[in-house]
Amino acid sequence: MTRTLRIGDQVVLDRERLAGLFEAIRKLGYVVHGPILSDGAIVLGPIESDRDLPIGWRDRQDAGTYRLERREDDAVFGYAVGPHSWKRLLFPPKRSLWRAEREGARFHLLPIVEDTPKLALFGVRPCEMAAIRVQDRVLANGQYQDSNYASRRRQAFVVVADCHEPGGGCFCASLGTGPTEQGEGWDLAMTEILQGRHRFLVRAGSSKGLDVLRALPWTETSPADLQAAERQRQRALRRMGRRMNPEGAKELLYQAASDNHWDEIAQRCLMCGNCTMACPTCFCVTVVDRTSLDGSQTERERVWDSCFSLEFSYIHGGSVRFSPYARYRHWMTHKLASWQDQFGTMGCVGCGRCIVWCPVGIDITEELETFRSRVGGNREAVR
Amino acid sequence: MRAIPKAKRPKLAVWKFASCDGCQLSILDLEDQLLEVLGSVELAYFPEATRAVLKGPYDISLVEGSITTRHDAKRIQEIRRNSAFLVSIGACATAGGIQALRNYANLRNYIQAVYPRPEFIDSLDKSTPIRNHVFVDFELRGCPVSKEQLLEVLNALLNGRKPNIPAYSVCLECKRKGNVCVMVAASRPCLGPVTQAGCGAICPSFHRGCYGCFGPAESPNGASLAAWLRRLGQDDEAIVRLFRSFNAASEAFHSVSTAHENPKPQG
Repeated sequence: MTRTLRIGDQVVLDRERLAGLFEAIRKLGYVVHGPILSDGAIVLGPIESDRDLPIGWRDRQDAGTYRLERREDDAVFGYAVGPHSWKRLLFPPKRSLWRAEREGARFHLLPIVEDTPKLALFGVRPCEMAAIRVQDRVLANGQYQDSNYASRRRQAFVVVADCHEPGGGCFCASLGTGPTEQGEGWDLAMTEILQGRHRFLVRAGSSKGLDVLRALPWTETSPADLQAAERQRQRALRRMGRRMNPEGAKELLYQAASDNHWDEIAQRCLMCGNCTMACPTCFCVTVVDRTSLDGSQTERERVWDSCFSLEFSYIHGGSVRFSPYARYRHWMTHKLASWQDQFGTMGCVGCGRCIVWCPVGIDITEELETFRSRVGGNREAVR
Repeated sequence: MRAIPKAKRPKLAVWKFASCDGCQLSILDLEDQLLEVLGSVELAYFPEATRAVLKGPYDISLVEGSITTRHDAKRIQEIRRNSAFLVSIGACATAGGIQALRNYANLRNYIQAVYPRPEFIDSLDKSTPIRNHVFVDFELRGCPVSKEQLLEVLNALLNGRKPNIPAYSVCLECKRKGNVCVMVAASRPCLGPVTQAGCGAICPSFHRGCYGCFGPAESPNGASLAAWLRRLGQDDEAIVRLFRSFNAASEAFHSVSTAHENPKPQG
């Protein structure tokens, strides 16, 4: 350590020193969550040290299928993304909004404990970082702020890990959200190098990240490190399982609103809502009011909801989107088209979860291209 | 807890038709809330809990079981006439139950095979849900029902609000819990995507496929799920067995099982 590190400086951390990174983060009072092996998948859970990571595992993914496999090396980040996304931690599936107690003909509010843990998110993929930025726009920086999300997000320490083993469902490269495009919003970014000495290229993206990095036994990068990282990036780009052409997607889907192909999709779609639960940007919720049996207390709880449920669009007189095709059309059109009008970005980051975790393997990239071919636009094959 | 004066407590009756008693026993399984429940209603008829019998009419009737005899078909009419709000509870009462498997066979053959004196058995050819016979105000699914949902319906009735009983798929509950999908990650057949939520995704939480005991969700696409199960290596016989259990006679499951029982010739 011969110089003072600055934000953005890329340095080398040996694999054997990874445990120190966890110690440094935990010393700052963070509860670290990251990828762990559980029930035949790599999911997100609390981790104590590098030993809890899915070392030496990879995933094989395709439409409607996911399997774990042993790798031939001891890669720490040798897999793509699993069924969980970080919204589980930043925007939990259930949360109490308020409680009240009856007092004669009046009522008074009872205090609720705002659960805003100081989280460290370890091993966030660039596509997932992009998804967090999408949710930031919607939940923290938009017209209506979700204070719980904003607080969790503000406190979070984010460690991004470049992707060197994309999965069969992945198409981040075609959307510019990966495999190594980290964008903004993180504290540390890591690139795992498997070739030669097992090591990581690490850089800080914030002063919090810089404090952590400065405390670690880093060394300077060599041209060989950078070349190895670039080779890995090129390999990842070649192995991207899918592709989505976002060009003109908005106009394309608006024009396709009455296309018969929606009916064909609805023949396959189960209306189960798995895609919306697995999607890292889907943010829809409903509220449920609970009462005590004697009616003296009530609690309003917020839970993840899905635009595939009938009640989601239920208003006086019935559900607005009653037919299955209207529900799938709403979801896909929102994700790729109207999201742009609403929030200025696409709602899709190319992680492929909706394809992989669809029980019948409906592929949003394929459906988009089907619509493209039907309106006589760009007929270029997608895969 | 605010005590409800006895005279103002709604009269609750619990009725049994062709069933195993498991659903009504869920009331007694509400161990932590049982005293509060009993303090909020007047038990008018509930032979599993008390010998005391009060005359009707009843404010709330919980009806368990399916209609399988002429006698029961008459009895349910009487109960309906005496009940302000009638809730059918469980797969038997809402879909005909496991005993609706008789609908796919010759009842006479069963009776001959099982009973030494078949002439004593007077039974209908089909097992049918309560709503086929009388108007039902609310249906609670499951084999057995979820005791939490049962409490929620009573709670909602006592407080004059809508019960929070979602009609969407088990998958929403399963994913909220953070379960790894057993179908995607292990090719295990699972009816979760076409089955109504409410159980808390119990079976997938223990790495098993859902067997659909809560019956069809609001917009079930069983045909598409069955086609995918074929791709996962399930044969027609397995698909028929999967869709033909506790909710065999529900229209959405029945249509899939019959389609795969007599599959169209390939090609």
